Amino acid sequence: MKLTGAEIIWECLLKEGVDVVFGYPGGAILPTYDAMTKYPKIHHVLVRHEQGATHMADGYARASGRVGVAIATSGPGATNMVTGIATAMMDSSPIVCITGQVGSKAIGTDAFQETDVTGVTQPITKHNYLVTKAGDIARAIREAFYIAKSGRPGPVLVDITKDAQQSTVEFDWEAAAPRLPGYRPNHRAPAAEFARAADLINSAQRPLILAGQGILNARATAQVLELAKFAGIPITTTLLGIGVIPASSPLNLGMMGMHGEAWVNQAIQQADLLIALGMRFDDRVTGNIKTYALNAKKIHVEIDPSEINKNVPVDVALIGDLREVLGELKPSIKKANHAGWWATIKAQRGDAAVRDIQSLPDNGHLYAAHVINDIWRATKDRDTIVVTDVGQHQMWEAQYYRHEKPRSLITSGGLGTMGFALPAAIGAKFACPDKEVWVVAGDGGFQMTSPELATIAQEKIKLNVAIINNRFLGMVRQWQEFFYDKRYAATPLTGPDFVLLAEAFGLKGVRVTSRSEVAKAVQAARKEEGTVVFDFRVEQEDSVFPMVPAGADLDKMIRRPKQDILAETGADAEWQMPSANGGKVASAAPFVSNGGAKHFRSSAKASRR
Amino acid sequence: MAKHTLIAYVEDVPGVLSRIASLFRRRNFNIDSLTVGRTEQPGVSRLTVVVEATEAGARIVEANLYKLVNVLRVDDLTHKPSLMRELGLVKVTVTPQTRSQVLELTEVFRARVVDVDEATLVIEVTGTPEKIGKFELVMRPYGIVEIVRTGSVAMARGHELMSAAPPLVRTEASVAEHHHDSGHSMSV
Ligand SMILES: Cc1ncc(C[n+]2csc(CCOP(=O)(O)OP(=O)(O)O)c2C)c(N)n1
Repeated sequence: MKLTGAEIIWECLLKEGVDVVFGYPGGAILPTYDAMTKYPKIHHVLVRHEQGATHMADGYARASGRVGVAIATSGPGATNMVTGIATAMMDSSPIVCITGQVGSKAIGTDAFQETDVTGVTQPITKHNYLVTKAGDIARAIREAFYIAKSGRPGPVLVDITKDAQQSTVEFDWEAAAPRLPGYRPNHRAPAAEFARAADLINSAQRPLILAGQGILNARATAQVLELAKFAGIPITTTLLGIGVIPASSPLNLGMMGMHGEAWVNQAIQQADLLIALGMRFDDRVTGNIKTYALNAKKIHVEIDPSEINKNVPVDVALIGDLREVLGELKPSIKKANHAGWWATIKAQRGDAAVRDIQSLPDNGHLYAAHVINDIWRATKDRDTIVVTDVGQHQMWEAQYYRHEKPRSLITSGGLGTMGFALPAAIGAKFACPDKEVWVVAGDGGFQMTSPELATIAQEKIKLNVAIINNRFLGMVRQWQEFFYDKRYAATPLTGPDFVLLAEAFGLKGVRVTSRSEVAKAVQAARKEEGTVVFDFRVEQEDSVFPMVPAGADLDKMIRRPKQDILAETGADAEWQMPSANGGKVASAAPFVSNGGAKHFRSSAKASRR
Repeated sequence: MAKHTLIAYVEDVPGVLSRIASLFRRRNFNIDSLTVGRTEQPGVSRLTVVVEATEAGARIVEANLYKLVNVLRVDDLTHKPSLMRELGLVKVTVTPQTRSQVLELTEVFRARVVDVDEATLVIEVTGTPEKIGKFELVMRPYGIVEIVRTGSVAMARGHELMSAAPPLVRTEASVAEHHHDSGHSMSV
């Protein structure tokens, strides 16, 4: 069958099972857009910025496990994708980006809208292609999909010149099968390593499983739970591992790391064996690497050999597909319960484990934690996906929304990309139209990609968008409070009236200023047919606790001040903030405000002083 | 930290060198030398990379090279009996008084003169990188005008390491074949 290169692109997408693409047209990709009209089976979502297209493809991929597709033109269209591609790379998300390129004869001449996109994206893609001939398109796209989703997933970019899109060649799908002699997505650990791993597990007194996103990619939740239960091993998750192990499982201790649970970080430091499953010892989970888990032997089960010994030296590495590895390991594991170890952890957990923030008294202030907790209560019985942005609200979401299912939390972990949530949620909704999708974003990050509200309106999709509005770049403000003597340089932030903004896009906007309104407003929004944007006016200077300062030892955490309404109780509430003024919180810096700030209460909290 | 010699066979496609160079820069690996050339297998190039690394570091370099889709195979020759050679061209100033001394030293190093004029000699010297360094040292007092070195190439000795022959670039391959390392085909 003779087809143009542009038609071949769409044929290949169809063959790969693509039903939706996220894109933005322009000169160098115009032939492809023109051919799109012949392929009504693929729905095209017009974004408002190409970064949005990549985050949507990413959100689509993370929600479904399928490859997400983003399309852009050459030059500025392609460079706008860079942040989204880097985000997908850091979190191993399978997306394929198709970009138009200037005509092959013009390459290298600094032609209009020419950028060396394969050069620019080389370090942030798993692989990329520059295709200059129509006859090479099919194979490049097939390989791109295969590479994106196999092994450790990741983004692949295919840059296609305009003339390649325009010329006509024979299209032969079969002949375009991937030809990748150097690509080894799958590995199998040698048998001897299994025996060594089993020995370590069987002889450990204080073992701990560190569960990461790799479990999700390998669909190995059941195997991990089975191992943990059988051998009596507590589990802690990374941020991206949230949802992989049900929050309600008694085996699940909660999240580790910078804003992880105190007892989890303590347990890591006390453990005599860490079993790292599909996680990569990021600095946000290890704290000071020199003092990290010094008492523990380490087993690393990982699909990517380059992660072994990268950050933390390990005793045994089992490289391969997690599900296969655990399956092979299981028969040599002895039953155990480690009662003493569990008792130690339970004691450290103390009262904090039974703390229910719902029972804390309402002091008239609205806290992000309550908002998140109320959203969780309202949505927990339904298949819900929460997509967060980056900052304090992201950590509160991780702490106070109890995720039961894999793929129910979508968040930018590795790159920490502000602006991710809204577009990623759009992608997630296209992947899972029957699920309820919530955005939890800060007022800062939301403003980075808020034009995508127009995409929501145009596509008539239903999301619930919770803006946790503290009129600060909250997480940075928190660092300034703790480590820069409250000098709030460039963190007070104004924004539009988010209710009016939503209405300007034809969506519904709702402002919530007190705790008693939250639950009702959340329920009402869920019943609305269209997207609802919430302006939750929360406490301005609340902080995320506990916190391991960057580079500090993992168990040297800053804890929530005792007087704080959200303070943990019992042994957990030790007030240990290292600070120049003897552990007391200085009074709030003057709040830089515009007229809009009058809705806000004074930022200082009486109870803290 | 020690020098590690890695041989990487790569598909000879546009951009592959840039991918490798970019990888070394991005991961902060310390390259001593990097050379590239064709092999007896069409479509396959061979790189010799000498890196300064710990043993674990060398494994990480190797794993990262493997992550590049165009890298076919990586062999670490560091602990295997192997030959390492480099070529240098050294242009030295000579006077009627020093010429014979320079020629004598050239002889000692089994190097050879490849260009002569009234004031200079160009000497071609091959051998281990250390030998070339030594040659440079003994020539320095006479006045080195310029020097160029190719960087090291390496090859395993003997016949045990037949796997060191370049892998074939397969012309037909199906997705299924790539499972469990079978993408790693060899010519033996
Ligand atoms: C694109 C981008 N720029 C800057 C940062 C650094 N940063 C991390 S958190 C944060 C503040 C986020 O503020 P906001 O969106 O209001 O959320 P909050 O922390 O208040 O919940 C900033 C600026 C980032 N992560 N991403």
